[in-house]
Amino acid sequence: MQNIDQIRTELLAEIAAAATADDIERVRVAALGRKGSVTELTKTIGALAPEERRAAGALINVLKDEIAAAIEARKTAIETGALSARLARERIDVTLPARPETEGRIHPISQVVDELVGIFAEMGFAFAEGPHIETDEHNFTALNIPPEHPARQDHDTFYLPEKADGTRLLLRTHTSSVQIRSMRKAQPPIRIIVPGRTFRADHDATHSPMFHQIEGLVVDETTHMGHLKGCLIEFCRAFFDVDDLPVRFRPSFFPFTEPSAEMDIGCSREGGGLTIGKGADWLEILGCGMVHPKVLANCGIDPARYQGFAFGLGIERVAMLKYGIPDLRTFYESDLRWLRHYGFAPYDVPTIAGGLTR
Amino acid sequence: MKLTLSWLEDHLDTTAKADEVAATLTRIGLEVEGVEDRGRALAAFVVGHVVEARQHPNADRLRLCRVDTGAETIQVVCGAPNARTGMKGVFAKPGTRIPGTGMVLQAGIIRGEASNGMLCSERELGLSDEHEGIIELAADAPIGAPFARLAGLDDPVIEVSITPNRSDCASVRGIARDLAAAGLGRLKPLDTTPVPGTFESPLRWRRDLPGNGDACPMVVGRSFRGLRNGPSPAWLQNRLRAVGLRPISALVDVTNYVTLDLGRPLHVFDAAKLVGQPTMRFARPGETIAALDGKTYTLDPAVLVIADDRGARSIAGVMGGESSKTEDATTSVFLEVALFDPICVAATGRKLGIVSDARYRFERGVDPTSAIWGAEVAARMILALCGGEASTLAATGVEPGWTRSQTLRLARIAGLGGIAVEAAEARRILDALGFETTGDAATITAHVPPWRPDIHGEADLVEEVLRIHGFDKIPVVPMHRETIVGKPALTPVQRRTALVRRALAGRGMVEAVTFSFLSARLAAPFGGTDPALRIANPISADLDTMRPSVLPNLVDAARRNAARGFADSALFEVGPQYANDTPEGQTTIAGGVRAGASGSRHWNAPPRPVDAFDAKADAIAALIALGVATDGLQTTTDAPAWYHPGRSGTLRQGPSALAWFGELHPAALAALDVAGPIAAFEVMVDAVPEPKARRGAARPLIRVSAFQPVVRDFAFLVDDAIGAGQIVRAAKGADRKLVADVAVFDIYAGKGVEAGKKSVAIAVTLQPSEATLTDAEIEAIGARIVAAITKATGGALRG
Repeated sequence: MQNIDQIRTELLAEIAAAATADDIERVRVAALGRKGSVTELTKTIGALAPEERRAAGALINVLKDEIAAAIEARKTAIETGALSARLARERIDVTLPARPETEGRIHPISQVVDELVGIFAEMGFAFAEGPHIETDEHNFTALNIPPEHPARQDHDTFYLPEKADGTRLLLRTHTSSVQIRSMRKAQPPIRIIVPGRTFRADHDATHSPMFHQIEGLVVDETTHMGHLKGCLIEFCRAFFDVDDLPVRFRPSFFPFTEPSAEMDIGCSREGGGLTIGKGADWLEILGCGMVHPKVLANCGIDPARYQGFAFGLGIERVAMLKYGIPDLRTFYESDLRWLRHYGFAPYDVPTIAGGLTR
Repeated sequence: MKLTLSWLEDHLDTTAKADEVAATLTRIGLEVEGVEDRGRALAAFVVGHVVEARQHPNADRLRLCRVDTGAETIQVVCGAPNARTGMKGVFAKPGTRIPGTGMVLQAGIIRGEASNGMLCSERELGLSDEHEGIIELAADAPIGAPFARLAGLDDPVIEVSITPNRSDCASVRGIARDLAAAGLGRLKPLDTTPVPGTFESPLRWRRDLPGNGDACPMVVGRSFRGLRNGPSPAWLQNRLRAVGLRPISALVDVTNYVTLDLGRPLHVFDAAKLVGQPTMRFARPGETIAALDGKTYTLDPAVLVIADDRGARSIAGVMGGESSKTEDATTSVFLEVALFDPICVAATGRKLGIVSDARYRFERGVDPTSAIWGAEVAARMILALCGGEASTLAATGVEPGWTRSQTLRLARIAGLGGIAVEAAEARRILDALGFETTGDAATITAHVPPWRPDIHGEADLVEEVLRIHGFDKIPVVPMHRETIVGKPALTPVQRRTALVRRALAGRGMVEAVTFSFLSARLAAPFGGTDPALRIANPISADLDTMRPSVLPNLVDAARRNAARGFADSALFEVGPQYANDTPEGQTTIAGGVRAGASGSRHWNAPPRPVDAFDAKADAIAALIALGVATDGLQTTTDAPAWYHPGRSGTLRQGPSALAWFGELHPAALAALDVAGPIAAFEVMVDAVPEPKARRGAARPLIRVSAFQPVVRDFAFLVDDAIGAGQIVRAAKGADRKLVADVAVFDIYAGKGVEAGKKSVAIAVTLQPSEATLTDAEIEAIGARIVAAITKATGGALRG
């Protein structure tokens, strides 16, 4: 069958010459289609002598398979080449910047409040709030600070205009006013923390007319100064993330606690910087004490039966110490550069499980 | 309160050094603010004798001095005009650090002559700015003696912060008493024995206090005559200087010294200047007095004064008067030792703005027995320093009763303090503090000494015992826990408020915290004109109005950031605003501003000016964080006046306004001196209804349809005034079960649309739940949607 060899040679040449998917399809139809050359060849078998049919059929089938395989291989090669060419055409400059998406920032005060609330929640404290515009009664008198008490001189109070009845409201000078509101609202046991804005008429490098405090109050039948120490030591070590943080309690005075204390934590000023932890120096961190019996009585709580402790600390102050923020006044300046630098990522919510320190 | 170690040792028999004293004071509640040992830096300076001073051969202004330092005689080149033969000065040898310059002194050759040390000026020693010449010491100053000791500078100065309750510790003696109780030494006895008077005082007190004798319950007077006033002795001057007081004259220095030493303020009048009898009375309306601070004060009838026939001569308990003060030539004085009502003194001091050592002590409470013993102590000192003679006492009024006792149960120390203290130890402490105690193993009765007006209850005694016993000894006890796993600390509303912050920051906004007050200029465009919300005593006019909105501070911050080169800002604050002065008037707002462009220039996403839809998206994101189902919100066009009337809106849930958003009004921007546009929003956090209490945390079962949703587009021609929101609402209302979503995908006005109209194209998603929609069903719902929109808006389907 000389014809077979000729057809093979011609077809293989055509296959090799096919450059596009269309070319190869044309070759396939011309060879293997209904009227294709190989198909036509098959039809000639019937005209052969019966003893020749088998051998011829086998030869034709081999040709058919060979051509089909060659077409398939060529087709794959053409497709691969076409894809490569398309990919080359589609190249972009991936060093260009992506479409802008800005991430915002959480203010350090909010982040630190979340940290503080996280710690005190672990110790069973609930979050309480109170108004900023307060009565003299809530801010001073009920807290055992009568008019003309020298302790009032430390408070530099902002007042609102005097009313017709001679009274005047004020901006609360501490979150302690919420102690009074809370104790007048509910009988013990009470265990609350109160973060919030406070106001004092003082403005210099280390004082701001508005700042934030967090107040804590525990009132029940058994809590004593040992618990006060336990609670606040636990807090400071968790907040500053220093397990062996040195602490000390110094006797002090607040009109609304008796006994009263200030708590110091250890620090080092070696090398000019400030490091919280073991060191030669002490840093005042908060004021605390056992709730004064008169304050309990002022709130309708029987001081013969109930007792407890209260504490207050400056939120900006602990934020500055923990995160190395140098200047108090910058907290309120809303300078984008500052907020981006000292602020916190929006989804980075401090938790006990995930760690409080960022 | 400052004191020196040697002054303390007048009252305390102790071997403790300054550092140990300071540590003990801090431990017992008398916080030490600093210990200054001025002698330390001056340890190397000694008395030098200038044996010979002659002209430097090569320099007109220099002298060659041969100085005997006690150890050797050496040559020093000195430029001081007062260096001369025979004088004694302060000598420093090479290698000494000079405090005034911080330099280490070197030996050297000056203009060809050796100089092996220095004779020092006060400035070089860091004592003053005096540098005209070198220090000249007294002729009898021992050669080679340490200068610091000679000048009284080797006495460490301890500064103590006294808490307002401890008036007794506003005195060296009170501090010594506390230290003795803390085991640091023994309190020496105080000599208060009477000084016999040799004549009867010609001046007698009058108390003209009808109905208000408590303002000055008692006053003791004493006349002195034949005095020699003048500078007080060096030891007294040194002590006063060390604690920051300027010596004036022996008589004045005595009153200041007794004030600091014993906490007993005194005053002396020049007796020759008084006319008539000294009288305690309230000031006449408008009466004026020139006080010792050089200022003239106008008084009112609430101010207690000491007056004579000429008028007010002293402000009682606060400050003396210029016209009756003692002078160097004074030979006779009248001493005032008074007791005043602390509140009266405090009110006067506050009203007149006078801070004085006398006021500080009187308003905290002075020992009522000191009126008598103060007159004796002062007399002893005046006679010692000024000679002369003292009269007998001229007293009027009655010493107020002060004797009281307070019981202390030892169980209370343990119950409140968390530590058991033995009865003997508790009594030792109280006795050492001046309480006279009796008692047994369970209860102590303590008689409160007259210098402790702060002790009123059992808790006070617990503190006294514990602060001396040591707060550090109290065992640390963990807080009792109700449950092992903690309970939530936040209420649902508080949790949502915290979430709003994170949600807005997640949208690229930066959280700010700004003051609750601002200037009236910033407040006014935002409705802040209520005079009841003005601060009566602002620190500056910029901060005198409680903010009516969180926006003005944020707008102002955007302005400042723009001035720094950051024109595109997105700031928010979750904080208070104040509608009135009641607690209910304070509400929490989540507010924010976006200024400038949507971003910086970008190759692919060109920036556009911020607009109302930025603010609307922010507001809706905040409301979602607050738990509001925002699908059901309506947008109305009635935002407050600080918004652009045509580019702002209110997001409402039913009748309740939950948020405002939009571009700010150009007039408001102009008032705040800021360039627009600024897109702003205010979300009224407190207006969002509290989440409904649910039983359990389970959510309703999910229902997902097995059938393909169908989307159909419609375009309507409506009047320009019709809001797209009306069309969307009508489409949704056409079949609440089937219409799952309505999206506005095109707004068109212009060519092909008649003037005053616009085309609004919406894509309606139909979600069947029972069976796939047939063409007929889709046709029918489409018709209902068209009918509903036509009815609601008067619009027509666009062909």
